[in-house]
Amino acid sequence: MTDLLAARWLFGASLAFHIVFAAVGVAMPLFMVLAEWRWHRTGDDVHLDLARRWAKGTAILFAVGAVSGTVISFELGLLWPRFMAFAGPIIGMPFSLEGFAFFAEAIFLGIYLYGWDRVPPRLHLAAGAAVAVSGAVSAFFVTLANAWMNSPAGFRLAAGRAEDVAPLAAMFPPGWSHEVLHVLLSSYAATGFAVAGIHALLLRRKPGNAFHRAALGIALGVGGLAALLQPLSGDLSARQVAETQPVKLAALEGHFRTQRGAPLLVGGLADAEARETRFALEIPYGLSLLAFHDPHAEVKGLEAFPRDTWPNTLLVHLAFDAMVGLGTLLALVALVGAALAWRARGVPTARRYLTAVVAAGPLGFLALEAGWLVTEWGRQPFTIRGVMRTAQAVTPVSNLTVPFAGFMLLYVFLGVMVGLLLWRQIARAGDAPAAQVVREMP
Amino acid sequence: MTTADLLGAVILAALVAYALLAGADFGGGVWDLLASGPRKAEQRRLVEHAIGPIWEANHVWLILVVVVLFTGFPLAFAAVSTTLFLPLVLLLVGIVLRGAAFTFRTYDDHDDRIQARWGLVFSASSTLAPLLLGLVVGALASGRLRVGADGVPLAGQLAGFSFFTLATGLFACALFAFLAATYLAVEAEGPLAEDFRLRALAAGVAVFTTAAASLALSRSEAPLVFAGLTARRWSLLLQLATGAAAVTAFGALLARRPHLARAAAVAQVTLIVIGWGASQYPYLVVPDVTLASASGPRATQVALLVALAAGAVLLFPSLYLLFRVFKGERPFSVVDRRPARRA
Repeated sequence: MTDLLAARWLFGASLAFHIVFAAVGVAMPLFMVLAEWRWHRTGDDVHLDLARRWAKGTAILFAVGAVSGTVISFELGLLWPRFMAFAGPIIGMPFSLEGFAFFAEAIFLGIYLYGWDRVPPRLHLAAGAAVAVSGAVSAFFVTLANAWMNSPAGFRLAAGRAEDVAPLAAMFPPGWSHEVLHVLLSSYAATGFAVAGIHALLLRRKPGNAFHRAALGIALGVGGLAALLQPLSGDLSARQVAETQPVKLAALEGHFRTQRGAPLLVGGLADAEARETRFALEIPYGLSLLAFHDPHAEVKGLEAFPRDTWPNTLLVHLAFDAMVGLGTLLALVALVGAALAWRARGVPTARRYLTAVVAAGPLGFLALEAGWLVTEWGRQPFTIRGVMRTAQAVTPVSNLTVPFAGFMLLYVFLGVMVGLLLWRQIARAGDAPAAQVVREMP
Repeated sequence: MTTADLLGAVILAALVAYALLAGADFGGGVWDLLASGPRKAEQRRLVEHAIGPIWEANHVWLILVVVVLFTGFPLAFAAVSTTLFLPLVLLLVGIVLRGAAFTFRTYDDHDDRIQARWGLVFSASSTLAPLLLGLVVGALASGRLRVGADGVPLAGQLAGFSFFTLATGLFACALFAFLAATYLAVEAEGPLAEDFRLRALAAGVAVFTTAAASLALSRSEAPLVFAGLTARRWSLLLQLATGAAAVTAFGALLARRPHLARAAAVAQVTLIVIGWGASQYPYLVVPDVTLASASGPRATQVALLVALAAGAVLLFPSLYLLFRVFKGERPFSVVDRRPARRA
């Protein structure tokens, strides 16, 4: 393994690990505060019990998210010092502002978790709301930095150096709003379905359990709504990518030859050597329609761009189709759920529907990871599109396979422990009456 | 004063906050590791109780330092990351394990053996992290991290390790343990308070010993810092003030006046961090990277200062609330007030 490859693997693994906790950190506080809010409204202790259980889960996940995020902030320099030396002052603003959002998250989560008996109820609820808002704001700022790597703006390139840096223009590069929207929705959808899947599983075991039904209502409500909106946001993003990042669009669609009325290729293997996508399902005019909302629009193929600026077509196309396919499934499950909820005037708990929700549980995070791979692989071989190649950004430090192996072990260990602890929390939940649970709390 | 100087001052201030807050959290972990005597379990419980609600917020000061560094001084960030790759990776491992183990212990089974296992990971990594932090600071000051004009390290990966940086690592460890013990001596009651008073005294001796060793070694291994610490008039003044704070803290512990000891320890640590910054000013990495040479564009530095000021308006009231809620029973400067006094 070369040092460049080890650096990419280490950074990729760190992000793939962190992104799960980051998404949970955006959505979970919202669920928890919604549960507490319902408790205030209804006075039903089931909602209080739920808020406290979810708060514990949030505490575990947030702590791992905080430390794994710290790893990434250091790894930016440890692995990509040349990228940071160039881009630091251009994308530093969103990161700095994210620092304050992170402060707010940590402060108000501390108050929320440890303040049940120390602050007045309304302040407690407000602290939870502050965690939920600052989590979303954090994701907003971090995504701005990623949007800049995809569509660099706010500077002039002169002899390999950035001149005339305009930090505000760099903070809001073309396409920032689409990417931010897509990321936020994916966080709510992925977390919502994961949580809903767990409670649906337990509801199948203990039908009629009020605790799990309340949990399912909130998680599926928020997650389902996000999953229904996500295809619309995806459409906005695709058209944005078509306009500003045509190479990425061509790669993620497995589209090699520039043509008018381009078909949409579903699935298949995009072979860069043969310059064709094999075994794909072709939908005539589909790509032109999707990318430009015009069946006869011309869509640039990969061949319109120099070969050494192509990403790995095979992986990008597969990851893209995985994201779209999984997202579509989630939207369908959400749609069916909405119809059932409408008919039942309540949380849908039909056994077969619960089975579908259980099956959909992990799909949101799979779609989220696939989508993240699409945008990162799709930008290769560049780390800053059109400005700096990933190979130019890497550290001169050697033997990177050693830290790579070390961090992989660490992530596996943390992942297993988080899974075990969460499962223990969940398995115990919903049996004890709320009042008793409240007394057990630290 | 240039914008670079102002940003340098912000970084130093954030490091002071990090040392006073997160430093004490690490120090708490050291006392978890060294818990002993008949009240071993109570000592550990007090540490857990003291840092539980606040450690994550305290940790963010480090993130703030990192982002301000790479936004304002990108070349310094690149230089530090490449020359200190190995200690920084180890520091990260310490930070990750500390935070994860502390949280896992809180939410895992209350079975004694499981608790003890997580406790060991938590306390060992709490000791490792400040050791590496002190080592990194010592290395930055040592003058051995030579960096080429393009940020490429000229020194080997082991340049950060020397007897001097070992001494500064141990010094940081001792200092954080001392700070934590003076805080805990106030927060504890009865015989537990006495436990931490004695621990603070012992740590005070360790602080003095490791500080003396660092100073002695800096003469040969970090000559610029030695010169900065001893030759300039204002730095001598800082040294005197630090010494006075240290003597006051030690004396107050002996006189069983824990509140005074805590205030003096806070002053002492603040002065030490400022003294370090002053002694290596204007260098970020001695002797090749300065505030000016590492600076990014001025437009960014100005925007960053504005953003920091705006963020501070949100941050400080929130922090005040946090400390007011959890440390509120103890009178401690601005962050808390006795509820009785408000009534």
